[in-house]
Amino acid sequence: MVQFRLRKLVLAFILPLLVICFWQYAASDPDMAGIVPTPLAVLQGWQSWIWGQAGLGLNPYLGTWASNVSYSGTRVIEGFTCAFLLGIPLGLMLGWSRLASELIDPFIQGLRPIPITAWLPFSIALFGIRDVGSIFLIFLGGFYAVVVNTTQGARDVDKNLIRAALMMGVNEWQLLRRVVLPSAMPSIFTGLRIGLGISWTAVIVSEMVAVKSGLGYVLWDAYYVGRMDIVLADMVSIGLMGFLSDSLIVFVERYVLRWRLLQNH
Amino acid sequence: MSNIEIKNLNKIYPTTPPVIALEGVELQVKSGEFVALLGPSGCGKSTLLNIIAGFEQSSTGVLSVDQSPVLRPGPERGVVFQEAALFPWLSVWDNVIFGPKVQGVARSIYEPRAKEMLKLMGLSAFEASLPVQLSGGMRQRVGIARVLTMGSQILLMDEPFGALDAQTRLSMQELLLSVWQQLKPTVVFVTHDIDEALFLADTVYVMSSRPGRIQAKLEVPFDRPRSLELTAGGDFNRMKLEILKQMRH
Repeated sequence: MVQFRLRKLVLAFILPLLVICFWQYAASDPDMAGIVPTPLAVLQGWQSWIWGQAGLGLNPYLGTWASNVSYSGTRVIEGFTCAFLLGIPLGLMLGWSRLASELIDPFIQGLRPIPITAWLPFSIALFGIRDVGSIFLIFLGGFYAVVVNTTQGARDVDKNLIRAALMMGVNEWQLLRRVVLPSAMPSIFTGLRIGLGISWTAVIVSEMVAVKSGLGYVLWDAYYVGRMDIVLADMVSIGLMGFLSDSLIVFVERYVLRWRLLQNH
Repeated sequence: MSNIEIKNLNKIYPTTPPVIALEGVELQVKSGEFVALLGPSGCGKSTLLNIIAGFEQSSTGVLSVDQSPVLRPGPERGVVFQEAALFPWLSVWDNVIFGPKVQGVARSIYEPRAKEMLKLMGLSAFEASLPVQLSGGMRQRVGIARVLTMGSQILLMDEPFGALDAQTRLSMQELLLSVWQQLKPTVVFVTHDIDEALFLADTVYVMSSRPGRIQAKLEVPFDRPRSLELTAGGDFNRMKLEILKQMRH
């Protein structure tokens, strides 16, 4: 078992190591200077971005990593919280009530094909260069995924479970709360994971344009001043944040859907 | 105690062309009677049970339980489904107390009753298990314990043992009979298995298909309590042959 795990770990690391070695070799070429920094240069840049003392010299990024991560993270949390607080109940309603579905679903499906990036100018015009504009885009990106998957989950409830509940005397609210919601939970978590991924895309795009802080802002700013080491360190930071927040959802999912883990064995 | 009365009941699905699922069904079930609806698949026996349960509505005709018409599903008519239909996210215990809990029954009332029914069904050791951890037969026992805990006077059973292996099915039939003997609910039991119908029921209604109608009503004369030996006897086999002939018509 241990050997098996070790084998998996070793195999998984072969390709990334090769890529990094090749990267180090290729970026060391003098022609590449100023275009692609070496992995070592990225690590050094990242280090000063994280731990550097602010206010010394001309490096505006010194020591600002944590605060930028927290700006972006906070926006994602705010926007995504709105997305699932609205998306889950609305999705349940759309999946459950035919009237709600006929009334609201065409509207949502009509807006959905507009990519969140296309909303950017409108969002800036409406909210200005402020947090709200960014949070609105994050909300929108997460919302569609949550609402569509929740609707699907609420529509696919086993008919016999509904009949069993009706036979035991549930009212409409109890049916939603005790049967439809738990049945839809696996789909809801799928929606949350997809939605959170889109929310991270939205935060980066909106920070590039609509606000003056966060990982997306630094990413574009560093590109402009030719700090490719910061650009790359920023990219890895975004990936890391996305991975960690997804892991958090998976962790909660494993707890909430314990009954389902057993089912698959 | 409850009785069921069905007069000239029809069920037509308004497809093109319309499908007559049930035609002119007449059925009287006395309080505490064990009735089997026997027929090939597609004869409308499950549709009839769903109508009694209130899951579906008849097209025309009269259906009353205790002299009042059936409009919707309700706890007085407990349904045992073929695939148990337990909530997979709830433990055995939470599944069994689901009915009284949502009905707002006091815990002090339903808790002892749930314990008693779980014990009756031999499930006391599995209160904390999830349905997925149980065998098919055990899941059906939970399904039965759940309607008994609600205190349903009528049990509507839709081929509840149809998906079980032969040995489990036999022991479930014996268990059901012993529970029925103790609590005497009214039972309507849907099956396509002649042996099962004869072994369990007081009255067997043989149904024919297309359109679904009741072809024959047979009183089963065997003494109770019944044991498995009955099913090997000559009387039992003579009745079985009689039903087989009916079903050939």
